[in-house]
Amino acid sequence: MSETDRISGKLRWSKLYTFSCLRPNVLETDGLHSLQGPGFSRVVYCNQPRVHRKKPLKYPSNYISTTKYNIITFLPKAIFEQFRRVANLYFLMAAILSLTPVAPFSAVSMIAPLAFVVGLSMAKEALEDWRRFMQDMKVNSRKVSIHKGDGTFGYKPWQKIRVGDVVKVEKDQFFPADLLLLSSSYDDGICYVETMNLDGETNLKVKRSLEVTLPLDGDVAFKDFTGKIRCEDPNPNLYTFVGNLEYDRQVYALDTNQILLRDSKLRNTAYVYGVVIFTGHDSKVMQNSTKSPSKRSTIERKMDYIIYFLFTLLVLISLISSIGFAVKTKFEMPEWWYLQPQNTTDLYDPTRPGLSGIFHLVTALILYGYLIPISLYVSIEVVKVLQATFINQDLHMYDEETGNPAQARTSNLNEELGQVDTILSDKTGTLTCNQMDFLKCSIAGVSYGVGSSEVEIAAKKQMAFDLSGHNSEIYSASMQNSRAQDSLENSGSDFGKSEIELETVITSKDEKYQKPMIKGFSFVDRRLMDGNWLKDPNVDAILLFFRILALCHTAIPEPNEETGSFNYEAESPDEGAFLVAAREFGFEFCGRTQTKVFIRERYPSSGHPVEREFKILSLLDFSSKRKRMSVIVQDEGGQILLLCKGADSIIFDRLSKNGRMHEESTSRHLNEYAEAGLRTLAFAYRKLEESEYSVWNSEFIKAKTTIGPDREAMLEHVSDMIEKDLILVGATAVEDKLQKGVPQCIDKLAQAGLKIWVLTGDKMETAINIGFSCSLLRQGMKQICITTVNTDLLAQDAKKAVKENVLMQLTNASQMINLEKDPHAAFALVIDGKTLSYALEEDMKHQFLSLAVNCASVICCRVSPKQKAMVTRLVKEGSGKTTLAIGDGANDVGMIQEADIGVGISGVEGMQAVMASDFSIAQFRFLERLLVVHGHWCYKRIAQMICYFFYKNIVFGLTLFYFEAYTGFSGQSVYDDWFMLLFNVILTSLPVISLGVFEQDVSSEVCLQFPALYQQGQRNMFFDWYRIFGWMANGLYSSLIIFFFNLNIFYDQAFRSEGQTADMAAVGATMFTCIIWAVNFQIAFTMSHFTWIQHLFVWGSICTWYIFLLLYGMSSPIISRNAFQILVEALAPAPIYWLVTLLVTIACNVPYLAYLSFQRSFNPMDHHIIQEIKYYKKDVEDQHMWKRECSKARQETKIGFTARVDAKIRQLRGKLQKKYPSLGVQNVIPPS
Amino acid sequence: MNPKGASSSGTDGATDSSAPRRNSKKPKYSRFTQQELPACKPILTPGWVITTFIFIGIVFIPIGLASLFASERVVEIVDRYDKHCVPTNYSKSMLAYIQSGETNKTCTRSLIVPKHMKSPVYVYYQLDNFYQNHRRYVKSRSDKQLRSKASEKDTSSCSPEGTISNGSAIVPCGLIAWSLFNDTYGFSVKNKVLDVSKKNIAWKSDQDHKFGSDVYPKNFQSGSLIGGAKLNASIPLSEQVDLIVWMRTAALPTFRKLYGKIEVDLEANEKITVVIQNNYNTYSFGGKKKLVLSTTSWIGGKNDFLGIAYLTVGGLCLFLAICFILVYVIKPRWEILPEICLQPTDDDSVTALLPQKWPLLYYSTTAENLGEKKDGLVLSREISGRSIEID
Repeated sequence: MSETDRISGKLRWSKLYTFSCLRPNVLETDGLHSLQGPGFSRVVYCNQPRVHRKKPLKYPSNYISTTKYNIITFLPKAIFEQFRRVANLYFLMAAILSLTPVAPFSAVSMIAPLAFVVGLSMAKEALEDWRRFMQDMKVNSRKVSIHKGDGTFGYKPWQKIRVGDVVKVEKDQFFPADLLLLSSSYDDGICYVETMNLDGETNLKVKRSLEVTLPLDGDVAFKDFTGKIRCEDPNPNLYTFVGNLEYDRQVYALDTNQILLRDSKLRNTAYVYGVVIFTGHDSKVMQNSTKSPSKRSTIERKMDYIIYFLFTLLVLISLISSIGFAVKTKFEMPEWWYLQPQNTTDLYDPTRPGLSGIFHLVTALILYGYLIPISLYVSIEVVKVLQATFINQDLHMYDEETGNPAQARTSNLNEELGQVDTILSDKTGTLTCNQMDFLKCSIAGVSYGVGSSEVEIAAKKQMAFDLSGHNSEIYSASMQNSRAQDSLENSGSDFGKSEIELETVITSKDEKYQKPMIKGFSFVDRRLMDGNWLKDPNVDAILLFFRILALCHTAIPEPNEETGSFNYEAESPDEGAFLVAAREFGFEFCGRTQTKVFIRERYPSSGHPVEREFKILSLLDFSSKRKRMSVIVQDEGGQILLLCKGADSIIFDRLSKNGRMHEESTSRHLNEYAEAGLRTLAFAYRKLEESEYSVWNSEFIKAKTTIGPDREAMLEHVSDMIEKDLILVGATAVEDKLQKGVPQCIDKLAQAGLKIWVLTGDKMETAINIGFSCSLLRQGMKQICITTVNTDLLAQDAKKAVKENVLMQLTNASQMINLEKDPHAAFALVIDGKTLSYALEEDMKHQFLSLAVNCASVICCRVSPKQKAMVTRLVKEGSGKTTLAIGDGANDVGMIQEADIGVGISGVEGMQAVMASDFSIAQFRFLERLLVVHGHWCYKRIAQMICYFFYKNIVFGLTLFYFEAYTGFSGQSVYDDWFMLLFNVILTSLPVISLGVFEQDVSSEVCLQFPALYQQGQRNMFFDWYRIFGWMANGLYSSLIIFFFNLNIFYDQAFRSEGQTADMAAVGATMFTCIIWAVNFQIAFTMSHFTWIQHLFVWGSICTWYIFLLLYGMSSPIISRNAFQILVEALAPAPIYWLVTLLVTIACNVPYLAYLSFQRSFNPMDHHIIQEIKYYKKDVEDQHMWKRECSKARQETKIGFTARVDAKIRQLRGKLQKKYPSLGVQNVIPPS
Repeated sequence: MNPKGASSSGTDGATDSSAPRRNSKKPKYSRFTQQELPACKPILTPGWVITTFIFIGIVFIPIGLASLFASERVVEIVDRYDKHCVPTNYSKSMLAYIQSGETNKTCTRSLIVPKHMKSPVYVYYQLDNFYQNHRRYVKSRSDKQLRSKASEKDTSSCSPEGTISNGSAIVPCGLIAWSLFNDTYGFSVKNKVLDVSKKNIAWKSDQDHKFGSDVYPKNFQSGSLIGGAKLNASIPLSEQVDLIVWMRTAALPTFRKLYGKIEVDLEANEKITVVIQNNYNTYSFGGKKKLVLSTTSWIGGKNDFLGIAYLTVGGLCLFLAICFILVYVIKPRWEILPEICLQPTDDDSVTALLPQKWPLLYYSTTAENLGEKKDGLVLSREISGRSIEID
């Protein structure tokens, strides 16, 4: 059966690939690696997996596991992880010590909270690990067809695969392990592989088997197949492979061309057979994966410092306390007969004050432990989980198309989202959908195609918006009573009209996209469509242009039964778009044989199509170095034509003198297209004489069959000889379709002050094009391209020379930036992967970084996954700023894991990126909301929450300390044990959690309207040391007020009219009441957003305290001891109790209130102003003003549309001012 | 029509398989999950700030005055007697005097009533420098034992006053009970004895629930070390009010405890003769002993601090209110609706003139905005409800 599967005879793909697929006929004996010494020890017995069951040939199975723990290691490992937190360790010590009589509290009150905290965190860990496990299981249980022996194949899960197995992989399946390609459905043993998951490149790569294994082309052939592979040990190098195959007593060298890597995908090939070399964690992709690091947010790291600070404070006051105790014990206690100093234990032994002092130190460390809030971690965990739920639940980040909501996969980085400084983005699949649309073309100096690219549309929209924003009177009248955006669209002003036009353009475009649109073709121009081109004066050029479209490619048509038309299997999506375009123009590419291409030409005049065949004489394929491809065809008339397409610069260099007729207009069009963010290619042709061709061809064939290192150079040289004296026909503009909303999102992010770097595995040209279409680049921006020149020097010198060259380029560029005077000048850095490998070296990377930081946008192309991670690390460590990496493929995993925050696009690609990420979103555009809304909120929430947490524990902890001084430093607390236990757990936890979960300084709409608000997070304005120490000072102040007011008021006299004096329980309960009121009032002042939940929690907490005190007082006196009936009997009837509460609460909060009012009036922060505008409802009443504020409140940026539009406006104004110099002066607002 | 058939077939497959899941994955809308719950967003506008401060001032100052007045009304007589009650020949060895069983501890003091003291006049003893709040001391008691006869043996926390040498439990055990204050006072005016009532000097809940009526003192003060007072073994603990008062440990090393009540008015300038049994040893640690007679008002005893604190805070708030009013009068920036003005692209010189403090957004006072200023002012007065709902 297998014979029929093969497309033999029908087509020899390898013949199309003139360079890469040509196989020299002679065996390359010198290519054999000796394979000795360390690193090359692996031996694989093909088709004999049994051999690999025993040592030393027993290799790991194909089972992969990315989990952190397993059932046995979970408990010890997770517990170890938990107690790596300083605070937890401290509490563990405290809990252990609480079992001894040293402790000031009962043991339960120490152990229970700790167990709760640790248990909760561990449960979370377990859940996360379980999810990873399930994901692994899904991968491990994928099915693949394995040779079971005797030439029969059967499906088995991936994890059962062993080294040496022969597997059969079918089309569009992933390779289960690293395989050696033996044969494929093509009879020349090639196959196509998509390595998207490895390096992010979407173009297909060709792999070919050894000639000798070609006969193994059917299931049965493997019955007696054996072979022995010796090769390198597992390593993470994706692009090298060294090994050889012993087969039929012959040794053959193997290289990467025969290796199919795990997680890449078989494309365009029905099936392949391969033998497993590396399995599971030995495979290259797994070797490449780094252990997912546990990330902590900046705030959390800073929090550690605060904890250290508090810990120091704790030790300090404990020392003071124990020294005081020792002194008191030594000198005074012997006189305190009521303590029976002669009968003491070691804890209070006046004869050994040192020992007692040391015991006391332990007591004090536990007692003042309230300075370090144990519940902080729990509260933060709870808050973060809830925040993450909000992120998961946000409907604005739900993608209807894929049905994926946003997902916060780790919740401990929420607040980091609000502090991002640099975004490192992948291109393919992240910014673009990897779909090309033929949009415009220029033929013989005439530009065709009226459709607008997304960039143009967005830019026009922005321009109209900005102009209308400046010209307020016209539409402010129509603005009333309607929402800003609606009214903008509906307003009757001139600007409104243009807006409407734009809107209709957009909507009509959108509609077209939905159904009748042809994928890959968005061209609209009546002049060329429906055969109208025949009436065009340039009909010859147009015909030629269409023929180049239809002929100059390497695609293969596949009949599509449904439509009766063809699908094209092209190497790159551009080619697909060209073929679709050609088909739509009436030049349908309908068939290919090894030497011929068939085209169905449709002319409206004749009615039915004419099928023409062109003989393909030669094919000079595309390479990133050549930047062009050509075909040499002979048409039915015997005319030989060289058709060439390529990058404009390359083509223009090769034009003949008489071929430059349209050069000027074409290059103008090309610039326009590029500015509109389109990918351009120039088309040219050349007529060849039969004789000329045959002379050249003989040389070409000679070059092709050459063996040795010169072959490439020779081929190139020969191609150069024929690809000259071209005649320019035209150019095409293809839109690399961006994902929905990407330019807008980038614009907003840029306004929020974020820097965006693009790291892509794609070609430089592609990357630059995308840069244009995302407005990361624009015309007028100075592009700094740093590349390596090819030096033909000796190997050891070459590296040095290249390095020096790169360094020189870097220095020059830096100097250029430094010398630049124009404040609006923007620079863009474009660097390729090879150069980057030099620039990332230790001695040069800081220079590179400082240059990159000075550039408005940075684009790195052709970077490997590892380099992506290295760049990310460089930015992260070099600039010390928070980085966010976003990507969708497995090649982005390194970067995602390396960055402070990794975001995965949960699109159609594999799950690797998502699995490695901290957050996953369905589309790039959701990043705006994720950062600007959720990030901003979460940052502020967590920052305020932590500050408040420290505040409240300082208030509480310090009162304990002050009281100590009055008890002879004996370690007695004024509060009941239960009060203290409940303080953090119940009485103050819910308000602070509600602050952390529900606080909103401004609504989400406002966040999006004022992206500059995001700067508050970047500048860390809510968690800088001023603020932290401010809060601590506030805590200190409050503790002093609470303690000394209470002390003086309950000094020694009766506290009620019945004459009773206050005992310790009464003083403690009153003081505690004051604390509860003061801290809850404080949090109410801190909040700016009260839903019923906040009200319930804040006021509920205060009520809970009274209820608790009441119930506690009603319980048995054995439990409540001195607090028995304290509220009912002692405190409530005493007016002084209530008066103290009121006094202390107000006195504690007056300074904060005054400070807040002062700040609001003299030094307002951005959100204060916005809150005020909202409060006065000015946004509704004066929408003109509101809009103006919105448009102005953004970070000045050099990237994004807005910057592009601004630059355009500046440019226009510059022109205008030259004409009318007086005009510019009027714009100056007279400052009062 | 698909230029990239392979990839699209992959996508189709993915979308097909996800189609049934689609609805389940879509977050459900609720105002809670979308963080759109109706909320009030109070902000500190100048109006609110000034109102709040004035309000606090207005409330606090009268309270302060009332408490000061109440405190002034309280008449208090404090007499320190620890030194005076030691005979002069023992003044060098006061400790020996107080520890000796032989010496006469009776001592007579006379007090002049400064003002009319309305009954009840409360009698307190005050101890200074006595650490009743010391941890060792506070813990040295057994609530269970005090409460019921059944828990008599529960003396583990009472060490070293838990048991006598033969192992039988001391009731009440612990250092607190052991060191019970044992000075006594007898009052007479013009040779007429004033009755000191011990009624209701202890908390009723203590008497009813914490000190058992079936618990009688046992082995108390029978050891070699005698602490303070002895207890009548025939009276149950619930009736031993002095013990109950004493067992309520004080918060500070200086404390008063209620000794009793004199249920008659004391006239001004009356001379009260007090006969003190000076038994309690405060001499070893230099503690003072004072006898205090005091009336009470609604805020309790004499203490000016509460009133002063109220007046201070109230005054401070009024002062702040005035400051803020002045600030808004002199520099009425606030009422201008803020013009957020970020580096106008037109002209950078404007930016240069604006304060650089606010990094992104600026307030500016352009002529154009002065018109809006009044609106803002009016608005701020008109707005009464604080909650804005933004949909």
